[in-house]
Amino acid sequence: MPVLWRRIYIFVVSLIPFALLVYKTVTNQLGADPAKTIVLFTGEWAIYFLFITLAVTPLRRLISSKKIHFRWLQTHRRMLGLFTLFYAILHVLAFLVFILGLDFSLFGKELVERPYILITIPAVILLIALGVTSTQATMRRLGKNWIRLHKCIYLIAILAWLHVFMQVRSSYFDAVLFGVILLVLFLSRVYLSVRK
Amino acid sequence: MLIKKPSDIPSSEITPEAIYNARREFMRGAMSVAALGVGSLAAPGLMAAPTNIGDVEVKGPDWLKQQIASANANKEKVTEALTPYEHITGYNNFYEYGYDKTDPAAKAHVLKPHPWTVEIAGEVAKPGTFALEDLLKGITLEERVYRLRCVEAWSMVVPWVGFSLADLIKWAEPTSKAKYVAFTTLERPSEMPGQKSSFSTIDWPYREGLRMDEAMHPLTILAVGLYGKVLPNQNGAPLRLVVPWKYGFKCIKSIVKIEFTEKQPKTTWSMIAPDEYGFYANVNPQVSHPRWSQAEERRLPSGLLRPNIIPTQLFNGYAEQVAHLYKDLDLRKFY
Repeated sequence: MPVLWRRIYIFVVSLIPFALLVYKTVTNQLGADPAKTIVLFTGEWAIYFLFITLAVTPLRRLISSKKIHFRWLQTHRRMLGLFTLFYAILHVLAFLVFILGLDFSLFGKELVERPYILITIPAVILLIALGVTSTQATMRRLGKNWIRLHKCIYLIAILAWLHVFMQVRSSYFDAVLFGVILLVLFLSRVYLSVRK
Repeated sequence: MLIKKPSDIPSSEITPEAIYNARREFMRGAMSVAALGVGSLAAPGLMAAPTNIGDVEVKGPDWLKQQIASANANKEKVTEALTPYEHITGYNNFYEYGYDKTDPAAKAHVLKPHPWTVEIAGEVAKPGTFALEDLLKGITLEERVYRLRCVEAWSMVVPWVGFSLADLIKWAEPTSKAKYVAFTTLERPSEMPGQKSSFSTIDWPYREGLRMDEAMHPLTILAVGLYGKVLPNQNGAPLRLVVPWKYGFKCIKSIVKIEFTEKQPKTTWSMIAPDEYGFYANVNPQVSHPRWSQAEERRLPSGLLRPNIIPTQLFNGYAEQVAHLYKDLDLRKFY
């Protein structure tokens, strides 16, 4: 498949969760508390895209036979990363608009009193920084510093996981599942750097 | 949460069209109930649920249906609109069936709530295990429209059908040593999939408790019905507690044991996180939950662009009736 087609294909597929959300919103299928449903849904998809983005390099380097390989996926990693940003921004906006009703005095109070919200601030700022510096031109301009900067993705992933873990109430399932996935992704990178 | 692929849904789970259509019909009815809620409550002798909700069929034994059908109408003054039936029965925290709000409605149908027995134990003259039918014999049920405030900062207005817990307590004849009442939910992992989860923070079975004066308070009821129908499984069939001035988690569902104790019993959420959930759990806008404010609540169903956010009232608006129970209690310390 030519790159352009693949690009369009991945773009459209990545928008499916968003389309589903819009559809459910329009057809009134979000349940009794739509605000909370939207915030949870967008947050979960931000994390899924973060996982997918982080999986690209290990997949490419660990699985590479002639028949099955993921070299093609590397070309699209930037788009997957930008979709992480997209869903994360939707998550933040949904929280601000639908939960807080854009009452920013309330937002300040929430930040001070709820550490699980506070820790998302650096994560979101970094994620935006990575998104802004993701163009080829910036990549060339920043050179080695670009790689250094984009290593922040690991910190973002840890903060995102903490954000989930700190909200555990009745079940550890999500926190454990996300933790295990993240651990596998991290360990595969450690393995790759040792093998090098 | 993992998103289930459509192929994961067995065909047996898919609602037949006839039932689906009947449900659509009914939901239209439920909407109008909500809209008419205020008016119908004001009319004496009229149940909050008019006959057009009658299309809904909740399974249950005939004796229970008859008893619920002859319940006395609501006497409490409630000016707020009722929450539609579909939300009361479709948006639940009942971790025995799973951790999403939609899990109970999807999974609770497996439970067989009849026949049902309740063990009455501890400091009482009449301990024993009793069939639900016998416990309800001679009791006239009544409808109570109560606000339900969840500790998660959402709320509903629910037309319960039930009876005063005080009636049952008087019948059981507690001894002078009985200072508290402890309740236990059914533990039956074969019908309650959430109890099989290895990731749960909950030490099953679910437990709750009240101080004796709280249990005897006329507002405290045991509910067996909802909207003039048999209580659906996801709402705690066949017997659940309703204490309207406390957070929802106090309102223990599917009760199998009522024990009278001298010491304050252990309660599930205060065992999991004592700094977040106290034994009293009285609704109080001044005392924040550590992870969110309790000053306001989202009254469900809440719209998206016009979120239905209202201020939370002390004791959930029942201060006039219950504040005297706590006049010597520091509500910040005993949250």
